[in-house]
Amino acid sequence: MLLYVFYILSAITLGTAFLTVISKNAIHSAIYLVVCFFSLAGHYLLFNAQFLAVVHIIVYAGAIMVLLLFTLMLMNLNNEDETSKPLYTKFAAVISAGLLCLVLIAALRKALPENIEYVNSGTDFQSIKVLGKVLLNEYAVPFEFASVLLLVSMIGAVLISKKEEKI
Amino acid sequence: MDSVFIIEKSAIIVAVFALTMLMAMYSTWAERKVAAFLQDRVGPNRAGWGGLLQPLADGAKLFTKEEFFPNTPNKFLFILGPFIAMSTALITSAVIPWGDKIHVFGKDVLLQATDIDVSVLYVFGVLSIGVYGIMIGAWASNNKYSLMSAVRASSQMISYEVAMGLAMISILMMSGSLSLKEITVMQANDGWNIFYQPLAFIIFLICSFAETNRTPFDLAECESELIGGYHTEYSSMKMGFYLFAEYANMFISSAILSVVFLGGYHFPGMDWVNANWGINIGAILGFLALFAKICFFIFFYMWVRWTIPRFRYDQLMHLGWKILIPLAVINIIITGIVMVLFK
Amino acid sequence: MSVQQISLSGRKIEVSNKEMTFLERIYLWTILKGLWTTLKHLFRRKVTIKYPEETRTMSPVYRGQHMLMRDDEGRERCTACGLCALSCPAEAITMKAAERKPEEKHLYREEKYAEIYEINMLRCIFCGLCEEACPKEAIYLTKSKKIVQANYEREDFIYGKDKLVMPLEMAIKNTQSNKVN
Repeated sequence: MLLYVFYILSAITLGTAFLTVISKNAIHSAIYLVVCFFSLAGHYLLFNAQFLAVVHIIVYAGAIMVLLLFTLMLMNLNNEDETSKPLYTKFAAVISAGLLCLVLIAALRKALPENIEYVNSGTDFQSIKVLGKVLLNEYAVPFEFASVLLLVSMIGAVLISKKEEKI
Repeated sequence: MDSVFIIEKSAIIVAVFALTMLMAMYSTWAERKVAAFLQDRVGPNRAGWGGLLQPLADGAKLFTKEEFFPNTPNKFLFILGPFIAMSTALITSAVIPWGDKIHVFGKDVLLQATDIDVSVLYVFGVLSIGVYGIMIGAWASNNKYSLMSAVRASSQMISYEVAMGLAMISILMMSGSLSLKEITVMQANDGWNIFYQPLAFIIFLICSFAETNRTPFDLAECESELIGGYHTEYSSMKMGFYLFAEYANMFISSAILSVVFLGGYHFPGMDWVNANWGINIGAILGFLALFAKICFFIFFYMWVRWTIPRFRYDQLMHLGWKILIPLAVINIIITGIVMVLFK
Repeated sequence: MSVQQISLSGRKIEVSNKEMTFLERIYLWTILKGLWTTLKHLFRRKVTIKYPEETRTMSPVYRGQHMLMRDDEGRERCTACGLCALSCPAEAITMKAAERKPEEKHLYREEKYAEIYEINMLRCIFCGLCEEACPKEAIYLTKSKKIVQANYEREDFIYGKDKLVMPLEMAIKNTQSNKVN
């Protein structure tokens, strides 16, 4: 039964992701992206990663996409506003996308998964106690780096939005 | 999965659903009644005794109203809006512990639809999705006032979610668990959280007012500026769903406030009742205690609505970002220090 | 005394921009006081009058629909002197006088009577000055609770003699009760 759930979820994920890219209306594509995030959270749930699933919904669907929708609604994008790009830009876009594909395929081909035996360590990584200990002991450095990254982006945002002082 | 388990859970889910709907229905009646009493009036008193059939009359009226569609290119999203608002308002009640175990048919039944480990996060997740109902519906209405209202509502909800989460963290630090059930059990053992965390309680209370879009933070629906707010273009039962979702939200947030800060189904002397009168009576009394707490909070929401005028938008943002969030952070630090010193 | 200190209503309050104390700035205490005020209203006696069951007592000086009176013999009192029309501040009353024929003696008391007597109910303000002006005690504002009915045509609000003159049965009843007394 879980396999079918996986297939349905994957279909939704891929379908909505595709629709996100091709739909003309910016708001529609944002909404498709939200649905895509939800199906991703469903995938996490299939791994029994409840914490990750819920946090994914809160952060991506609940906060980031809301802010994005917000800006899209305020900008009031219409189909008429969209200027058609010149031919050479389209050409360049196709070539760069092809190159990116090439790089990705090359990288993924090399990165075949090693055949690791997963062992059940017995610790329950769903409990926030264990999760917190792991985050702040073993992975303290990446955790702190992530927070520094967020801080930097926050300071940057404040600097950009600040009015320039008149001299 | 055995069938007994499924039947048991379905029974609880249906009961919780019915309870939420019923409470939301009668909240509309209570709102009008409380409003009337606070203004020295008597309120609805024609439909049934004391106007008790008023919600049914309102529902019948909304159902029979003309279905009106604005000139919008997004009919689907227009219908999706109230649908999302209603479903997010209803699914939160799944994780609220309505009572302790009861013993029926030789089996221990937990009075909770599901006890997931991350129920607090689940609540916050559903809360953050709730914005979509308002945003999508308002945008699809193709109306400037609705859009303004949606922008206000969503920015307000996002801002206050931060302070709410930070206030919650100090509780989580004490309980060490994200499960609402365990938070309740901890309070039953050590005493209610409102006595340990009064500051967190006040912050959480203010934020839940903002999250449910109630006065004094009902900027999304402020009639003097935005006509009807995000549901300006809605009519018939679709508007009914929006209004209904608001009251369902109020019920759920009252339930969460009672569970997190007022000890949930715990009442003084619960252990004695459990030991002497059996756990079934204890659980029923516990449910009634929780219900009484919820009713108090619903009344409090209404009481505040008819007392405090609406905030200005910049005051709202100032309160959220510059006062509540720093206070919540200070509260976390104090909680941490106290926990380190006294353990 | 300068202009700034004059208070005509006697209720002038100086606006003060003083610094708020810490307690006032927290705002919570003020909110609690406000909540206490509204809570007191919760238990106060309700002022609503539940209309169909209870009714308000009418004011003793209540003035309702006009009526052109008849005398004890059922004759119209009005002589179309026009004093009511003259006294009417809203200019709502018009009339046309006519001479009484000998065979109409049982209908009109004086030799002159009002052939047409009209009150425009859209203009009337129910001040009762017509009643005061009338030398023949012909027009009265009754205690009747009947109000002017809503309608679509302006003409329907101009009440003629058909609506204003006291009904004959009422006059007969009055006469009979007067005789008993």
